[in-house]
Amino acid sequence: MAKDEFTPRTFKVVGTRPPRPDGLDKVTGRARYGADMSAPGMLIGLCLRSPHAHARIKSIDTSAAEAMKGVKAVVTRADFTTTPEDQGTRDILDNVMAGEKALYDGHTVAAVAATSRSVARAALKAIKVEYEVLPHVVDVDEAMKPDAPVLHEGRQQESVPKGYSQNVLARSQYGHGDIEAGFKKADIIVERSFTTAATHQGYIEPHACLATMGNDGQGDLWCCTQGHYMVRNTCSAILGMDAGRLKVTASEIGGGFGGKTTVFLEPVALMLSKKAGKPVKMTMSRDEVLRASGPTASTSIDIKIGMTKEGKITAAQGEFRYQSGAFYAMNGALGAMCGFAPYDLENLQSVGWEVVTNRPKAAAYRAPGAPMAAFAVESVMDELAKELDMDPIELRLKNAAEEGTKSAYGPTYPAIGLKATLEAAKAHPHWSAPLGKNQGRGLACGFWFNFGGDTCVSLMINPDGTVSLSEGNPDIGGSRAAMTMMAAEELGIPYEHVRTVIADTATLGQNEVTDGSRVTFAVGLATIKAARHAIEIMKTRAAATWGIEPDAVEWVDGAAQPAGPNAGKFPPMTLKEIAAIASNTGGPIAGHHEVNAEGAGVSFGTHIADTEVDPETGAVKVVRYTVFQDAGKAVHPDYVEGQLQGGAVQGIGWALNEEYIYGKDGTLQNAGYLDYRIPVASDLPMIEPVILEIPNPGHPYGVRGVGETGIVPPLATLANAVSRAAGVRMTSLPMSPPKLLAAIKAS
Amino acid sequence: MKFETPQTIEAATALLAADAGARVLAGGTDLLVRLRAGQIEPSAVIDIKRIKGMSDITQEDGGWRIGAAVPCSVMGEHDGLKAAYPGVVEGAELIGSTQVQGRCTMVGNLCNAGPAGDSVPAMVAAGASVRIAGPEGTRDVPVIDIPLSPGKTSLAKGEFVTSVFLPARPARSSDAYLRFIPRTEMDIAVVGCAVNLSLNEDGTVKEAHVSLGAVAPKVLDVPEAAAALIGSKCEDAALEALATAATAAATPIDDKRGTVAFRKDVSGVLARRAAKLAYTRAMGEKS
Ligand SMILES: Cc1cc2nc3c(=O)[nH]c(=O)nc-3n(C[C@H](O)[C@H](O)[C@H](O)COP(=O)(O)OP(=O)(O)OC[C@H]3O[C@@H](n4cnc5c(N)ncnc54)[C@H](O)[C@@H]3O)c2cc1C
Repeated sequence: MAKDEFTPRTFKVVGTRPPRPDGLDKVTGRARYGADMSAPGMLIGLCLRSPHAHARIKSIDTSAAEAMKGVKAVVTRADFTTTPEDQGTRDILDNVMAGEKALYDGHTVAAVAATSRSVARAALKAIKVEYEVLPHVVDVDEAMKPDAPVLHEGRQQESVPKGYSQNVLARSQYGHGDIEAGFKKADIIVERSFTTAATHQGYIEPHACLATMGNDGQGDLWCCTQGHYMVRNTCSAILGMDAGRLKVTASEIGGGFGGKTTVFLEPVALMLSKKAGKPVKMTMSRDEVLRASGPTASTSIDIKIGMTKEGKITAAQGEFRYQSGAFYAMNGALGAMCGFAPYDLENLQSVGWEVVTNRPKAAAYRAPGAPMAAFAVESVMDELAKELDMDPIELRLKNAAEEGTKSAYGPTYPAIGLKATLEAAKAHPHWSAPLGKNQGRGLACGFWFNFGGDTCVSLMINPDGTVSLSEGNPDIGGSRAAMTMMAAEELGIPYEHVRTVIADTATLGQNEVTDGSRVTFAVGLATIKAARHAIEIMKTRAAATWGIEPDAVEWVDGAAQPAGPNAGKFPPMTLKEIAAIASNTGGPIAGHHEVNAEGAGVSFGTHIADTEVDPETGAVKVVRYTVFQDAGKAVHPDYVEGQLQGGAVQGIGWALNEEYIYGKDGTLQNAGYLDYRIPVASDLPMIEPVILEIPNPGHPYGVRGVGETGIVPPLATLANAVSRAAGVRMTSLPMSPPKLLAAIKAS
Repeated sequence: MKFETPQTIEAATALLAADAGARVLAGGTDLLVRLRAGQIEPSAVIDIKRIKGMSDITQEDGGWRIGAAVPCSVMGEHDGLKAAYPGVVEGAELIGSTQVQGRCTMVGNLCNAGPAGDSVPAMVAAGASVRIAGPEGTRDVPVIDIPLSPGKTSLAKGEFVTSVFLPARPARSSDAYLRFIPRTEMDIAVVGCAVNLSLNEDGTVKEAHVSLGAVAPKVLDVPEAAAALIGSKCEDAALEALATAATAAATPIDDKRGTVAFRKDVSGVLARRAAKLAYTRAMGEKS
């Protein structure tokens, strides 16, 4: 449809920085998060978790717990009698309540609901689980070996060649051309191996929910999630009930970053409630969040790139081995697709591997799979720039993908902004600023697909001329403000006249999860379309009032007016005037739009960091950091800047100190924020965001998603900066002081 | 669980002597965290903050007596204390954040008996002692003798610490404490090092004490390292010898916070840097 496409225009609301509608609630504590909801007669639910990395569950005796005063329900896997149809949902069930085996430290094996937290805690202690402890594996390379302890038998896909452990679930290959011929043409080849540790999204709000299942088979669920439709569909499949009988309401959300795109507590809370006949509230402790939610994959990656003396890539090859915890996840494939995406390559072979280990199942984390891949590829690019004595930006510009380039993962790019970010970086004073003693500057690029997907929006014209907008995507980065702005822009009314709410699952049709940087793009698109739908109706009402054809009416600055002198001479009718008489002109007015949004524009970013290394301790200080990213169109620039800064900060943590540390027994050693080291404010310089706007042809306002790309370049950016500052190439993340000092001393 | 707020030392020791499961509460920044995490389940919590004198800093025999409930932030605002023992105060002020500072105490830090307590090495290097009250009366004990092993102190049943005493010091004396953490705050020392110096009139070191934290089951006093400085003006050779001795004295473990090699290396680096700082301060120069 022609109208989906970008048409240049002058914006009135879009591009300004109004206060966010949810801001006051959040700073005053009025906002209600997952744990803030209560119900009469509510019970407290707690999980019993496996202390072993890998163990067969021989028996579970819940009788003593059940007999305790105040204990209203105990559930184990035996209570989940429905087998969900698809493998993905069966994996989720196995993840939220262990079946025959506990597959990682923290895996839930039973749960209780009791009248108080202390009774529930006592009840957990009274449950007797008999385990047969099995050998475990947590390292990706170890898990691939043919003699590694096996998590699941018979789950390996045909794509995996012989000679690997059953833990290797899938192999996928991307690329084109002939790499052997390409490497022959190279004047210089650099080949390196890299590793990255698993990290956690580190959202502030732990998972929490309140579940109510009635005897009539109807359920209500309040929870903190990035997608309540996903929660409804998954939970109803696991509980064996009709999706329409379960109403899910999303709470305010204290961060997710991809980690809340699946369920953990929700099916358990519903089952407890069903069994107890009372509402059940569950909240995770921080320890539980780290042990048993969805961190990232850890990786082991090999990269080989060949170049001519002039710096043109002749061939590139990558092996991306990702362990995604105890169940299948498509992370290695995403890494293999994204790592080389910034470059125009004649010859490429990029292979992704999906490996299971005795760790919690990886969930999405901002551009899942891409940051680690970019770390490896961009590190080799930096080493080549050094070898060839070329400016890292020039080297990248020589090879940068642009409109018409066949991408690393297949499709040919439409208009993209990579070169624009590189040119902006080159022109920025940061790139040429002098460096101090022990300092080094790093640069890296990053790519993310972005996504559209199923989206529904309803836009109601209220009798007083205000507008109520309902969307179905939890607002995790300021999207209510963005939707409000786009509705106001399209309708031609002030921002303050629109209020956007996140509707529950009974109110709108299916909505994809808030993920893939999709919301401002897809929900924005649906909002604009819903507004246009409402405008069409309002034009019809005005036309009827004037006695002219609807075609002869146009919508300008929030009012209907005759389209030209031939249409007749009538004073404009404002939205407010049309709303006031709607009852007499045909009834209430509302627009809506339902779509599987396509045309999400891919997004690129380039980051620059200056770091200072203490050569005696290996301590790294980030001195300066600048982000350049293409936003298509920044609807609310504050929130775009926030996304760019937040992505950079999370990437800095990943690069420097964050890491899942496992003991010899396969248990997590640092399940808390003391030893899982997220950067604190004083660790960081002000991150300078530079927004570029290369319109996305697939969105009426040119919007691209911006939420994920920002975390892709920082790992490599920091590695390149630290490697240059320390005079030694760092190929393993995190570059924690002990590791960096050892590397400095060894060099 | 009972919560008690005794008004006198005698009442507190009586409560402690009567209940083996009772725990002393000062700032609570360790105790309450462990309580909430379910790591401890005391039968009673005895808050000592209401006891007279417990929150006072007073001069005594030219030295300083610091009550067991004095929050570290109060120490940071005490000019006399800061002038005499800048290293002790900076150790105390490194604990936690502004919020934690308003509550946490040096005695709590000491009695928590964690190997990495930030206020402990500087107290040891200062030759500080604590006064202990118990059912049998009071006794004074050097700070270094309080922690026995991680989580264990030498306090007997019914006893608690009422104050810390920092002795009088000669002219041209000062101290410094440095710790290594991977971040800039809100972290636990991977290595901590305090150096306490007294200089002769000619600027040579007359007396030195070096103490290391987080590199052994309990805080270390390292006389071999201190000996390297005696008679020197903290020139490079003396500092190198100090660093070597500090590295040799450290007996750390490999764990999630650092490796043995790293902790040993950094013990030397911090000893060198802390000595330089203490020396500059003792010379009366700005540091
Ligand atoms: C966010 C945060 C950050 C922190 N950062 C640091 C840090 O950077 N460095 C560091 O070293 N520590 C840190 N800590 C730990 C803690 O703050 C310190 O150990 C603090 O000094 C403890 O003092 P307190 O008065 O709060 O002790 P409390 O919690 O009151 O007591 C600690 C222990 O000592 C016992 N105790 C207390 N007073 C006495 C007494 N008079 N006699 C006998 N026993 C007693 C208690 O029973 C308890 O076992 C941090 C804690 C938090 C929560």
